[in-house]
Amino acid sequence: MGQRTARTGTEQGIAAIASLLIILLLAFMLITAIFVALSRDLMAVVMVFGAYSLLSAGMFMVMDAPDVAFTEAAVGAGVSTLLMLMALSKTGRFERRVERQWLPLSLTLVTTAVLVYGTLDMPKVGHPENPVHQHVVPRYLEESGKEIGIPNVVTSVLASYRGFDTFGEVVVVFTAGLGVFLLIGGIRRKENR
Amino acid sequence: MHDSLILRVVAKFLIPVIVLFGLYVVFHGKLGPGGAFQAGVILASALIVHMLVFGPDETRRVAPVAVLRGLAAVGVLLYGGTGLISLALGANYLDYNPIGSTPVSGQYFGILLVEIGVCITVASTMALLALLFAERVRT
Repeated sequence: MGQRTARTGTEQGIAAIASLLIILLLAFMLITAIFVALSRDLMAVVMVFGAYSLLSAGMFMVMDAPDVAFTEAAVGAGVSTLLMLMALSKTGRFERRVERQWLPLSLTLVTTAVLVYGTLDMPKVGHPENPVHQHVVPRYLEESGKEIGIPNVVTSVLASYRGFDTFGEVVVVFTAGLGVFLLIGGIRRKENR
Repeated sequence: MHDSLILRVVAKFLIPVIVLFGLYVVFHGKLGPGGAFQAGVILASALIVHMLVFGPDETRRVAPVAVLRGLAAVGVLLYGGTGLISLALGANYLDYNPIGSTPVSGQYFGILLVEIGVCITVASTMALLALLFAERVRT
């Protein structure tokens, strides 16, 4: 009995640390997001946005999604920051000052209010009674060990149960790369001629 | 482009480690966190580090654009081809059960082939994007 209470004590400690981390990460994400919205120095914006991606990677890690954290850290903080910097070097570093536009601003504020109101109806994050955990997930968790035989359920869902979707994703990545190649790579060839 | 000895030496140590980690993630994706998309991005980042440190010309020598473009297609074909194998063996498209001697080993090989396909496409597309952008920046 004593051991049991000790374990729940540790579990509570871990939960407390996790919520503290989440609050810290969200606070820093808010700060970086406000900086990105307000700053006119686009170079700094790209850098801070990279930091924002890294923070959200940490957020995914806290929420036990290391796969997503990997991708966010590598693509969001790494590759896309690099691509944005390259794009900046072809345009300009500073944003042009424009008149404050009240119609778009009020439209955005109204949409934000509606969306925030919508979140009030959403189920609690991670609650076991949520619809998302009641549909096919129990079957995947119980049967995939027998049917697919690999421990990582995420991989069995992505590559086997939902193989068609992943095939579509790969085709999308390929098509995007092909599109960029035709847009940028093709121009260079014409100039050489 | 100015040259830094420290950067070069560190990159020479770092790039093999990144590639090894990428391969680990793709082949370990069945057991632990990770998978083909992640591995592809990690492998591409090895090439991107190479490009940042040694310059795009050197990277084009290591991984020519034509090869990367071809590899991107090879990955998609590997994925689609795995589906065709299961069709040829009399099952539904992308049903890996008949590929191995037992359904579970079939799933194992099917997932492995598919994951390698995803990894190749993602890695070569990412590296291709970075190389093409770098070329545009210079001209």
